[in-house]
Order: sequence, then structure tokens, then C-alpha cells
Amino acid sequence: MSLVINEEQNMLKSSAKELLDLKSPISLMRKLRDDNYNQFDSNLWNEMVEMGWTALTIPEEYNGLNFGYVGLGQVIEEMGRKLTVSPMISTVLVSTSMISMSNNDVLKSKLFDEIMSGNKLCTLAHEESSHHSPNIDLSIISNNNEKFILNGKKRFVIDGSISDYLIVSANSEFNGSLELIVIDSKSKGITFNNKVHMDSKIYSDITFNNVEFSKDNFLSVDSDGQKILNKTLEIACVGLAAEMLGIIQQAFEMTMQYLKEREQFGVKIGSFQALQHRSAIMFGEIELCKSIVLKALQAIDSNDKNLSELASLAKSKLGLTSKLVTNEAVQMHGGIGVTDDADIGFFLKRSRVLQRIFGDSNYHLDRVAKFNKY
Amino acid sequence: METQVKVDLTDFRLETRKWLEENCPISMRGPVTDAKQLYWGGRNGKFNSEDQKVWFERMLEKKWIVPYWETKYGGGGLSSVQNNILNQEMQRLGCRKPHINFGISMLGPALLKFATEEQKIHYLNQICRGEIRWVQGYSEPNAGSDLANLQTKAEDKGDHFLVTGSKVWTSYGDKGDFIFCLVRTSSESKHTGISFLLIDMSSEGVSTRPIKLISGKSPFTETFFDSVKVPKKNLVGTLNDGWTIAKYLLTHERQMIGGVGETEKKKALSEVAIESIGITNGLLSNDSIRSKIANLEMNEKIFELTIQRALDEHKAGNNSGAVSSFFKYYGTELAMQKEELRLEVNGFNSTEWTSEESNNGVYARYFCRSKGHSIEGGTHEVQLNIIAKRVLGLPSK
Repeated sequence: MSLVINEEQNMLKSSAKELLDLKSPISLMRKLRDDNYNQFDSNLWNEMVEMGWTALTIPEEYNGLNFGYVGLGQVIEEMGRKLTVSPMISTVLVSTSMISMSNNDVLKSKLFDEIMSGNKLCTLAHEESSHHSPNIDLSIISNNNEKFILNGKKRFVIDGSISDYLIVSANSEFNGSLELIVIDSKSKGITFNNKVHMDSKIYSDITFNNVEFSKDNFLSVDSDGQKILNKTLEIACVGLAAEMLGIIQQAFEMTMQYLKEREQFGVKIGSFQALQHRSAIMFGEIELCKSIVLKALQAIDSNDKNLSELASLAKSKLGLTSKLVTNEAVQMHGGIGVTDDADIGFFLKRSRVLQRIFGDSNYHLDRVAKFNKY
Repeated sequence: METQVKVDLTDFRLETRKWLEENCPISMRGPVTDAKQLYWGGRNGKFNSEDQKVWFERMLEKKWIVPYWETKYGGGGLSSVQNNILNQEMQRLGCRKPHINFGISMLGPALLKFATEEQKIHYLNQICRGEIRWVQGYSEPNAGSDLANLQTKAEDKGDHFLVTGSKVWTSYGDKGDFIFCLVRTSSESKHTGISFLLIDMSSEGVSTRPIKLISGKSPFTETFFDSVKVPKKNLVGTLNDGWTIAKYLLTHERQMIGGVGETEKKKALSEVAIESIGITNGLLSNDSIRSKIANLEMNEKIFELTIQRALDEHKAGNNSGAVSSFFKYYGTELAMQKEELRLEVNGFNSTEWTSEESNNGVYARYFCRSKGHSIEGGTHEVQLNIIAKRVLGLPSK
């Protein structure tokens, strides 16, 4: 497959940029933060739903657009440029991908309808420790006749504070397999500890204390939970890499602009070779990032058997490069770069959280080594 | 109509495959591990083996020494799609290139763009027959990164130029038949006083002296011109406009050095590491080296994707933004990191210089040789300057 985006995907990218320029400038992110860390702008979300973004990766037989992940990746990349605050990552990138793989057709249809219409938000409750792991210890389900009970703790749930449904990964006591259960976030026995993180987004620690649910709530069927979870995590990593790609491009462009405007010693600071060489190196690293993100997005759409490795390459490369570029961006902005008045710091802070979600570059480089048997 | 083309291409692929299988000697297949395994041609060209000769002559007869040049220039006249198919089929069988020559990879593209029809017919046909081994005369003792500062002078003497001066870093200068040179034909302006001249190295007054490198090898020479007479017809392009050709050619050179044209295959570093360091519970026993290898492998894989993306963008008519300076910088940087890491992986064995076990210090010498990668064809710093100014538009003052 040719490593370029096609005309349709390019049009989607342009329309995303247009909408976000208008409805989600960086100032909106600042305004929401200043409004006591508001996580949701209903006007913006309605626009996104209207544009069909919630339906992008949903199959046609469920009335979705089946546009594919290269398309979704373009939208997420543009969102990265604007530091857009929305449930797109939790509800669309992560949850929709997971639901797509489910064999519980009744639940699948219901959730797709509710997500596409924008009426319900959904997120994955999976992590249990300070570092990402596909494996879990806690959250045990007991089979009590027709009733099931969930006990345990989850950490770092994206958009947990605004989601209507939680997809919970849990080990079942009765068959030993990992199951995925959709739980109403208002269910009895659930308590939230909502924590603001560096990117001004809220991530929830959630405790499940004898939360009851029925057979109908299982997204996983016949022990396919781990398989669905693993693939979802890989897709999510690629999507997050696309967001990081947006972030580093925007931070880099803002920095190049600054180097061309700011004067010291009677000249533009961009004329200093010390800054030029570091800028040129960043340019190259960003070119590499574009290649791996597109390749990995295409791998999702084409069911490429190398998706696992490509996802890890994308997440590790973008993690490392976003660190380099956001650090340099702040440094090259000088004093203004470390003030809250300047937007550039937001890119640094968002990138640091994104690096960690679903595994940082250390985690994913370790996976790359394992895939290659060393 | 389109179906017809597809059928033809399928036929072409099958015919090509069959022909290669029947005509490429077994010993001419498989990765190149030594430059001697390639035939460089020229007036004194020697074949390393009978198979090498057979392979060259069969490809010559087929006009596939340069398959993608027009037939009137001695090429095979293949379309780019056919040429891709030929390359794929050669790769599939592991066929080595029948002939390597800077005339094909560097001078040829410049002649195609800038030479007169008469020059093209003469020189390109020679190149396609492997008759002339070409070398390049660009750098001078006082014109390295500042290449346009070159001082080798070509004086107009009516029917010929009289060339005096010296070049440095001439790759395989001692083996060259002809040298394509940048010479100064006017001292009025730095960049617009340079011309592009083809000089027969058997002319009176041309001599070379080898430069011994830290690797112990001498792939380069200094080349001296002492009142050398060069016919006027050997000028390529416009007088005093050679800098345009030089820039065009440097782009080709950078792409070549940048690893796009890597000819030698070496064992994966992770495999070497497992042999030399060992494995514990399925993981390489030294965690620090393990993560360095993974990091390098990540960048190598993504760099390859980036080369592919640039080609695909080009095919789609887009400008990928990635320029030859970037490919040269990044490709050589990765190659150098790899040689450095290879030393860490091989431990005490890595620095052996003359032993039999180390194949005469092959990796130690690769390492030393790699230090030149960030210098030749424009230093790292020059490439970064070019990116900063031409791509990013950063100001000069």
C-alpha cells in the first residue's frame, strides 16, 4: 500500500482542521481549564457528532461510516494540534474499537447507536498500577447464579468523570479468563476519585464494591476478552501516536515562527546555528514520525499481521520525539516558554501524559525487542 | 486498454524471472560482502571470476547494464514500472548488480539533464558498455564544506582548456579512467565562475596519490593536474554555470550515501548480540545493550518507511518535505550509531585489527570507515544548515 493519504482522507483532514480552527482554538482548552477543569464542551461535541466523527470507524451494517483508521487518525492528529478537549479518545478511539470486535450483537448494536448519536460517552477502565500492563490482578467476578459481582480497583480511567459507561476488564473467578464488562457508571457500589493531571484532564481512580451486573453486560463472549483487549490497546496506541504527531508538529511550527520573530543581540534568534541545527534535527525526527504513524494506521485498516510491532514502534517513536520536540519548544521560547500565558507549555504537559497512556516508550521498545526475539 | 497493459506487465515479469533464473550464475546471487564481488569496469577492468564476466556480458547483451536509459544511449529502454519489476525480480533471486560505476549513479543523471545530445550519445553509450570507470573531482584542500571556494583553474586557450590545480577525496582516483571535475573558469564571482569539465585521466599531467585512512584502507586519492590540456568539447553545460550541475549531482550523492543504495548486508545486530552476550529467559542478557539495539532498530525501520513514503509522495505528485540533506544526515547517522554499537556488542573481539578470526579486523575497520560518513558528501553540519535555511526558512541574520 502506498504510504500517502488518499483524496477522501485528505478531505476529512481538511474539514477537521476547518472545524477545529473555528470551534476548538487552543483558547478553548485554556477556558475549560480555567472553568474548574471542565472536561466537556457540549457545543463542540455536537459539532463533532454532526460531522460524523463518532461513526468514522463503525461498520456500515451498524449504520456507521466505516471510514477507517487512517481517516480517524487524521482527525485525531488535527485535534492534537489544537489540544482539543473532547471524549474522542475514550469514546471513539478506544471504546468503539473494542465494541467493534465484540460478539455480543445486542449490546454492540445498542452501544453503537448511543455512541454515534453522541448521547452516551464510554471509556475503558483497565489500568491497576502505576504503569501500563495488559495483565490485571484485581477486579474479580464471582458467579452468583445469574448474577455477577465486580470487586476491585481501577486506575487512570480516561474521561471517567464524564462517561456514561465503563468497559471494565476483569478476571473471572469461574472460568479464569479475562472478561470485558459494560457497566453503567452510575451503578450502585461505584466510587470515583477524580484526579486532575498535568494536561488539565481528569483521570479517575474507580472502586467497585460488590457492583452487580447481568449476563447481558458481557462484551466478551467465549473467553475472547484478552484478544479483544490486546488489539484494542494496539489500536489505541496508534491513535494516541496520531495525537502526538499533531502535538509535535504544532509545537514545532510555533517554535519556528518564534525563531523568525524574536530578536536578541540585534538579530533574529533563528539565525543562530546552535538553534538551527537542533531545529533541523527535529524536522527530520518529525518526518520519521509521520511515516510510522501512517504505516501503523494503514496496518489497522488492512488487518496487517505486523500491527502489534508497528503499534509499538509508533508509540515508542512518538513518545521519544514528543519529549524531544516539546522540550526544545519550551527551551527555544526562552522565559516566555515557562509562563502560563504562553500556549507552548500546554503541548509539553499534554505530551507527558500521552507518553504514559497505554505504555511509554520504554514499555513499547521492550515489546519491539521481544517481537524480534532478543 | 488497462487490462492489456497489466497482462503485458505480467508477461514481462514472468519473462524476466525466467531469463534471470537461466542466465544469472549461482555465484552471482546472494548478498555482497566485499566490494571485490562487484565489477567496476573501465579500461583496466578485471573480472574477479569467470561467472562475473559471464553475468556482465549477458546483461550487456540484454542492454540491462543501465536498463532504464533510452536505447539510443545504450540503455534497455525500460519504463519505470518495468525497471521496478526487473529490480524486484533481481532482488527475489538475490542477483548482484552486473556493474557498478559512478558513471551510472552520478555522472549519468547530470549528463541526461545538462549535456548536449552529442555528448549524451557518446558518454552514456560508453557507460552502458562499462568501458570507462568514472571518478569525481569536487573537493579541494581548501574547498571542503565550502566547496564553491575551489581553485583548480581551467584557462581558455582557444581550442582547449589548460587545467592546473588539485583535487582531494577522489574515490578510487587511482582506478579512474575519466574524472568529472568542477573547475574555476572565472574568478569574478565565487559561485558563477565554476564549470563542469570531463577530463581523461590518461592525459599528460594527471597524477594521483593515495590517502590512507584511519581504517587502514585507501579508497580515496589526491588528484593533481599539472598543465593538463582538455578539449573544449569536454565542457558540460554552460561555461561558468557548473555550480548548478554540482548542486544537482550532490543531491544524488547524498541519496546514495544516505543508505538508500546500501550494497552490503550484515547480520542483524540483535543476532550478533545473542551470540556474544547470551540470552536469559528469552531476553538479551545485557539490558542496557538490549535497549540500545531496540532503539536503533526502531529508527532503522522507521527510516526505511520514510524513504518509502518519500518515493510514494513523489509518485503521487506531492512534495514529501523530506529532502536529500535529511536522508544523507539521518542515514549516515544511523549507520555510524550501528558501527559504534557493534563494538559494544562484540566486546574484546570488536577491536581486533589483523587477526584471522576477525577477518582482518573487518568490523573495527568498518567502524573507523564510518567516521567518514558524517563528513563526505557534505558534513552533518552542512546538511543541517541546508535543512534549516532551505526547508525551515530560518534567517541568515
